[in-house]
Amino acid sequence: MSVALRPARLNPLDVVRLAAYGLRARPLRVVLSAIGISIGIAAMVAVVGISTSSRAQLNHLLAALGTNLLTAEPGTSFFGEAATLPDASVAMVGHIPEVSAVSAVGQLADVNVYRNREIPEAQTGGMAVYAARLDLIETISAELAYGTWLNAATATYPTVVLGARAAARLGIGANTIGTQIWLGGQWFTVIGILAPASLAPELDYAALIGWPAAKAYLDFEGDITTLYLRTDPNAVEAVRDILAQTANPADPNEVDISRPSDALAAEAAADVAFTGLLLGLGAVALLIGGIGVANTMVISVLERRAEIGLRRSQGATRGHIRIQFFGEALLLSALGGGTGMALGAAVTAAYAALQGWPAVVPPWVLAGGTLATLAIGGIAGLYPAIRAARLAPTEALAA
Amino acid sequence: MSASGEAIVRLEAVARTYPGSVAALRGVDLTVARGELMAIVGPSGSGKSTMLNLMGTLDKATSGRAVIDGFDVASLRDGALSALRARRIGFVFQHFHLSPGVSALDNVADGLLYTGMSLRDRRAAAEAALVAVGLGHRLGHKPHQLSGGEKQRTAIARAVARQPLLLLADEPTGALDSRSGETVMQLLLSLHEAGTAVVVITHDRALASRFDRQVSMLDGRIVADERSVST
Ligand SMILES: Nc1ncnc2c1ncn2[C@@H]1O[C@H](COP(=O)(O)OP(=O)(O)O)[C@@H](O)[C@H]1O
Ligand SMILES: [Mg+2]
Repeated sequence: MSVALRPARLNPLDVVRLAAYGLRARPLRVVLSAIGISIGIAAMVAVVGISTSSRAQLNHLLAALGTNLLTAEPGTSFFGEAATLPDASVAMVGHIPEVSAVSAVGQLADVNVYRNREIPEAQTGGMAVYAARLDLIETISAELAYGTWLNAATATYPTVVLGARAAARLGIGANTIGTQIWLGGQWFTVIGILAPASLAPELDYAALIGWPAAKAYLDFEGDITTLYLRTDPNAVEAVRDILAQTANPADPNEVDISRPSDALAAEAAADVAFTGLLLGLGAVALLIGGIGVANTMVISVLERRAEIGLRRSQGATRGHIRIQFFGEALLLSALGGGTGMALGAAVTAAYAALQGWPAVVPPWVLAGGTLATLAIGGIAGLYPAIRAARLAPTEALAA
Repeated sequence: MSASGEAIVRLEAVARTYPGSVAALRGVDLTVARGELMAIVGPSGSGKSTMLNLMGTLDKATSGRAVIDGFDVASLRDGALSALRARRIGFVFQHFHLSPGVSALDNVADGLLYTGMSLRDRRAAAEAALVAVGLGHRLGHKPHQLSGGEKQRTAIARAVARQPLLLLADEPTGALDSRSGETVMQLLLSLHEAGTAVVVITHDRALASRFDRQVSMLDGRIVADERSVST
């Protein structure tokens, strides 16, 4: 007899219903076995999200601060002595056409700063004292947290602006602007506190005084220890090439030139290496989660032999049974992956909010998470599904 | 389609040997006509369930021929056998095999999943079948809210909702008290009117005597095949 007996196709909605039915019957087990995948995916999304957010913040910062700041330092001479740049170097560098702004500081060697005169001299707190040009703050895009910056008048008096960390070390805050601190054997009045200076972190530990005041009160000779300059953004490398020669024509080899934004960019890159490690850990969690799902499915198949037998007696083909258990593993994994992605995104958002960063979860991570989830569910479900389908109906019913 | 004149079940010299050379059936010849009512009796281990499974295409003969609704079972692959079961054969088991936590209606409707009917049609057919077995007032009840007899009637509704040509019941009253057993048996006997061949395994000789035909088994063989004198 050549009549075609064709088994019915399950429509996709029925497959989903079947999978959901299987999971609904054992909710606790579902939760427990989805947790592994959930943690793995959450870890990966959060790690990538946080590092992307941090990089977004750094890029934001770089865009705001500019990448066209160069610094030139005298370095050390051939004989190992700390060298200085001539006072005239500011003007000479300023003459380079592509240089839009130049400023400078000169460190006052052997001058230290203390909260008051009772502090032992050895407790310098790692803070340095600099004579600063008035245009320093604009050149390095630093901002004042409190108080005011030096001006032409205050630069001639014993007044001081503190770097963010130096202020913290001295115990000076918003409410104590105007107090005097003991600096180089004299009282200096604090008139301002800088916010952390991303492009010149060395100034965070500095006490900055006016150039004329340094000369008048502390025997400063006007030797420059760091030049800060802004260039045409398209000519940074070109300026860099001629900077040493211009700043110190006598000893160009001694001049150290750096681009502070490079450090920030390097920070973003270092982040990537760290991210790789954490991603690896997330992958391990995911693998363990996958094994958990496979384990749950194998047990489920063993427990549900009678159901399998019943379905076979009702006309389920091996393929129908296979797709049911395969779908169940996929759904289980998807539940874990879905909550994991939501969790990872929430962690990213919370962490970014805490840091004041923009929260960024790149779409490729969500796509990757979805793919990983389905791949793991598929692999974990394959063997149990095949086993379920291979059960002989009579044997299954006898169970 | 199979010729409607042909028997629904035809077993020819069917033997079934399990691994370890347990001979559960040793050469059985049996024909079940369409719409026939048949009871199978015999002591435990005599091969009743094995024969019922062969009729229901859940199992294949080791030797001999099993022809169900005109199809030689040995020649059919899994897909075709499953399709045969989905549309032409209904099973009722001693232990009901209802899904816990699922309403009577959905238990019955879910039993039609592999017939290719839409969810709506499955639900409608399920409701009609439950009404037909007298459970129209229990559609939303979960199995644990049903008595043993009601559970088995739900299982029967599930088997007959596909309007099978062959209904196979393996000791359907085995887990029931005599009163609910009676209701269930009456229900099975009434299916005859729908043109469905009904084959029921039972331990109970008194129950068996109410069927048109009684087949007795012993040690894998049919030892008696009696027909009641029809009234
Ligand atoms: N899956 C099986 N494997 C091995 N032996 C089996 C299996 N199923 C049944 N048997 C044996 O086959 C014989 C017939 O069993 P069965 O058909 O279940 O008898 P009944 O239903 O009449 O009690 C018994 O001896 C039983 O032990
Ligand atoms: Mg039996």
